[in-house]
Amino acid sequence: MLARLGAARSGGLLALALAVALLPLALGNQYLYDVAILVGLNAIVCVGLNLLIGYAGQISLGHAGFFALGGYGSAILAVRYGWPPLATLPVSVGSVTLLAFLIGRPILRLKGHYLAMATLGLGVIITVVLATADRFTGGPDGMSVPPLALFGRALAGERAWYWLVGALLLACVWLALNLVESPRGRALRALHGSEVAAEMIGIDSARHKLAVFVLSAGLAAAAGGLTAHYSGFITPSQGSFLRSIELVTMVVFGGMASTFGAVVGAAVLTTLPQLLTPLKDYEMVVFGAVMMFTMIFMPRGIVPTLAALFKPRTRG
Amino acid sequence: MSAQLLQVLFAGLTAGAIYALVALGFSIIYNSSQVINFAQGEFVMIGGMATVSFLHLGLPLPLAALAAVAATTLVALALDKLAVERARNASVVTLIIITIGASILLRGLASLVWDKNIHALPAFSGDKPISVGGATLLPQSLWVLGVSLAVLAALWWFFNRTLYGKAMLATSHNRLAAQLAGISVRRVLLVSFGLSGALGALAGILVAPITFTAWDVGVMLGLKGFAAAILGGLGSGPGAVLGGLLLGLAEALAAGYVSSAYKDVIAFVIILAVLVLMPGGLLGRRAAERV
Repeated sequence: MLARLGAARSGGLLALALAVALLPLALGNQYLYDVAILVGLNAIVCVGLNLLIGYAGQISLGHAGFFALGGYGSAILAVRYGWPPLATLPVSVGSVTLLAFLIGRPILRLKGHYLAMATLGLGVIITVVLATADRFTGGPDGMSVPPLALFGRALAGERAWYWLVGALLLACVWLALNLVESPRGRALRALHGSEVAAEMIGIDSARHKLAVFVLSAGLAAAAGGLTAHYSGFITPSQGSFLRSIELVTMVVFGGMASTFGAVVGAAVLTTLPQLLTPLKDYEMVVFGAVMMFTMIFMPRGIVPTLAALFKPRTRG
Repeated sequence: MSAQLLQVLFAGLTAGAIYALVALGFSIIYNSSQVINFAQGEFVMIGGMATVSFLHLGLPLPLAALAAVAATTLVALALDKLAVERARNASVVTLIIITIGASILLRGLASLVWDKNIHALPAFSGDKPISVGGATLLPQSLWVLGVSLAVLAALWWFFNRTLYGKAMLATSHNRLAAQLAGISVRRVLLVSFGLSGALGALAGILVAPITFTAWDVGVMLGLKGFAAAILGGLGSGPGAVLGGLLLGLAEALAAGYVSSAYKDVIAFVIILAVLVLMPGGLLGRRAAERV
């Protein structure tokens, strides 16, 4: 049983690695590379968010706030204080992680919709501060961000970014897959089922919830920082309530409690608006309708529903 | 009481009454399904925008408002029948995502049916401010407060004095037991969507002459209504009203005395503080987890 689980895990990872490696064959132009990079960056956030929502059962409607903070932190250090961009990113991600640690402690005592509200409030606070503290952030119009430089050479061009983001995504997926099967991951699933029951068998649920919250916030901040350096520009809308909702939607759409589901959800919901651009005014209508239909007919999300279809009907 | 404080209180109460109506919509649907309906803000938007349209068609204001409430209620009923009911075996999170999809769909439809411009609705009884104790009060604010009070009275009567209302309360307390007592839980859900749609539309019509209306006003109003519902305690009627008024007052006080740019920050900091101290909201039910 364990061996089979392990095989499925490495099989999935191998498939994802193949997909990342072979995708450039199909990416004919810069625009397609651009979309693929955005998919990868969103997928990194979703893999982390899925650990929090899908496995630990703690909803967050404020993760775009961490995403934006990661980007702004790096941008402000580089632009206003002249730090080298390679140093700004870890410092920014580290600070956001610390912030999540400090805020997570009181907030994670809340449950269900109350936790959703608290994280949502957190996101709104972050966005308003980013839009208003214009001395540092450039206000609602945003600010430009210098490119990431590796050893004196600026990381430029879609190809270089594609491989960087692809490698990072694979590392995150690998980390998440292992975490889920570790004792810590089992503890998370146990407290998802029932916090009281989990504590009865000796799981410190507050500590585990905090750890996964901090991890997911850190991944969001890292992806946010990378996104800012990649696109060269950042605005407060990166942290908006709608963006937070979008991230949660990606996780649920792909399939909760499925790491590959998070990747698929990010891929579909990042690509869909690009595919719908020719529809212009009808874009939102079709996007909303696709979301509703998918969730009505695949209530558990894309990956778990498809996996159940292809699984042999024996129980072992 | 200084004139400035009075002015701030008027503004806070007016906004608070609107938030309370939206929050009630959230709580009613939550009670019958545990679902947070993210399309609630869109009901508010449709109410305001449809009234503008019906006025353009030449209907007098009361009729236009009535028609807009009816239209929004139909949209809400359709949302339940066509989407939520079809997915009734899905998890609560999936249902919430469906309502998020619906809100995007409705916003998109609104930008097609109407346009992406800002529309004004004339005040119900003129714009001549009334002077009260040195502060000015717009007649529209009185309309907002008056209609909200009337709605609250009607809702109280509905939930405490009619069989249907009691059936809905029973369902919110214990779904299975309600079903065993012969209550159609499905019908309860349908009625709760209709009721929330009507409440949202009313809020949208009342607030439109003060703040204008547009295809995307539902996002912010829905967010504030949700915050109010949580602040008061999700599922509690008095909680929704209390939460709405407190949120409106907190915003107005923050805007009047601290900084209008940071009024949302201050309001949400207060909500976070309340939640940390009272994890079930101000008037929420205390429930123990069963294992």
